[in-house]
Amino acid sequence: MADHSIRKIVVSIFGLLLFIFSGISFYKSRHLKEPVVLGPGVTEVKKLSEYFPGIKGSINDCNVYFLEGKEKGATLLVMGGSHPEEPAGRLAPWLFVENGVMEQGRLILVLSANRSGTTVTRIGGGYPPDYTISTPWGGQTFRMGDRWSNPLDQWPDPEVYIHYPSKQNLAYVDIRNLNRTWPGRPNGTLTEKTCYAFMELIRKEKVDIFIDLHEAELQYPVISTIVTHEDGQELATFVSMMLTDMEGFNMGTEFSPKNLHGLSHREVGDYSDAISLLFEAPEPFLDATRGKTTREQLLTGKDEFVVKAGKHGLLFEKIDENGWPIDVRVGRHTSAILQTMESWTEDHPERPLACQNVPRYAEVIENGIGTYLQDFRKVDSKRVIFE
Amino acid sequence: MSILMSIITVIYYLLIAYITVILIVNLIKTRKWNKEILYVIVILPFLLRLFRLK
Repeated sequence: MADHSIRKIVVSIFGLLLFIFSGISFYKSRHLKEPVVLGPGVTEVKKLSEYFPGIKGSINDCNVYFLEGKEKGATLLVMGGSHPEEPAGRLAPWLFVENGVMEQGRLILVLSANRSGTTVTRIGGGYPPDYTISTPWGGQTFRMGDRWSNPLDQWPDPEVYIHYPSKQNLAYVDIRNLNRTWPGRPNGTLTEKTCYAFMELIRKEKVDIFIDLHEAELQYPVISTIVTHEDGQELATFVSMMLTDMEGFNMGTEFSPKNLHGLSHREVGDYSDAISLLFEAPEPFLDATRGKTTREQLLTGKDEFVVKAGKHGLLFEKIDENGWPIDVRVGRHTSAILQTMESWTEDHPERPLACQNVPRYAEVIENGIGTYLQDFRKVDSKRVIFE
Repeated sequence: MSILMSIITVIYYLLIAYITVILIVNLIKTRKWNKEILYVIVILPFLLRLFRLK
């Protein structure tokens, strides 16, 4: 056999090995199973397709968790994973599913609203494929995710995304952004169908309050705040005041612009009877001026380059060498959700909402999120479900 | 719109398959070591896309 033939075989084997190892890595990342322990308060788990069969069998047919209270009251829907690359938005409702017990009213939880978006990371962004939260029993690994649906599930993107039904022109890539496709449509793209399914859930379950959990880069002006539809201005302002006064962290209130379409705080309020709120916590990992995009940066929220940007007055939120740890970000969300229930109940005592056993801001920071994640290996397999 | 997207996706994957085959043929034909390495590297993302891995 000629020398060049042997060389060619060696080079081809090298290429094949690269393909196999990278392929396995990408496959594992896309199919990483995330166990959820159904806590004592979970009374039922449904699939989103039960509200709109058009997404049955698709990757976005996510789990919907119900926590029915002992006493009747209002219905609150908390949605995490609208933008999966904002982990506090998924981890906060995770703590409610694994620990929460509703005393009054009904809580509906979603951990992976855009499940497709959890299976990919930002293309060209060098993101870690996953991250691990330390727990007393070891650690639990979660998919990193992206802001947009996976192009493997929805492709191609148009030159310009024309939002339905407003016909507003938006960035082309936002046709895969779950928080730009509300209220969705039954014959649209996967992301639009997912929003439509959630709208059906909200309408059929007669949801009173809808909360969409997010995180934001510090260079983005909408941060550390509640964005509210005009129907929820009173509630949001009350929650914001209580959190700032009682829990020791700043939480602002902003009103949803009437002419900015596709976002949950606008469209859910316009197309249903629910009060629509969106909570933002700070996440330096998302800042364009960040340094290394690592798991550590994601979880500690520490970044010297973002700190430097702050010193130049380029940020809308404070940051120092202590960063914005994931415990702080998740704690902000758990407290904000619990405070929303309390503030609602003060105004609507005939339709209360009360949840027990979920840690608030100070407790999450003191003990760490891992303390509240349950060991899925030690519970009955019937009480474990996968995201 | 979703039907149009499906048609474009099918055409896209056919193009990916066609280019992958051409690259493999070129890899077999070439006698230069640097081009062999180059073809192997270029084929990689096409294969990952063809098998819907990335």
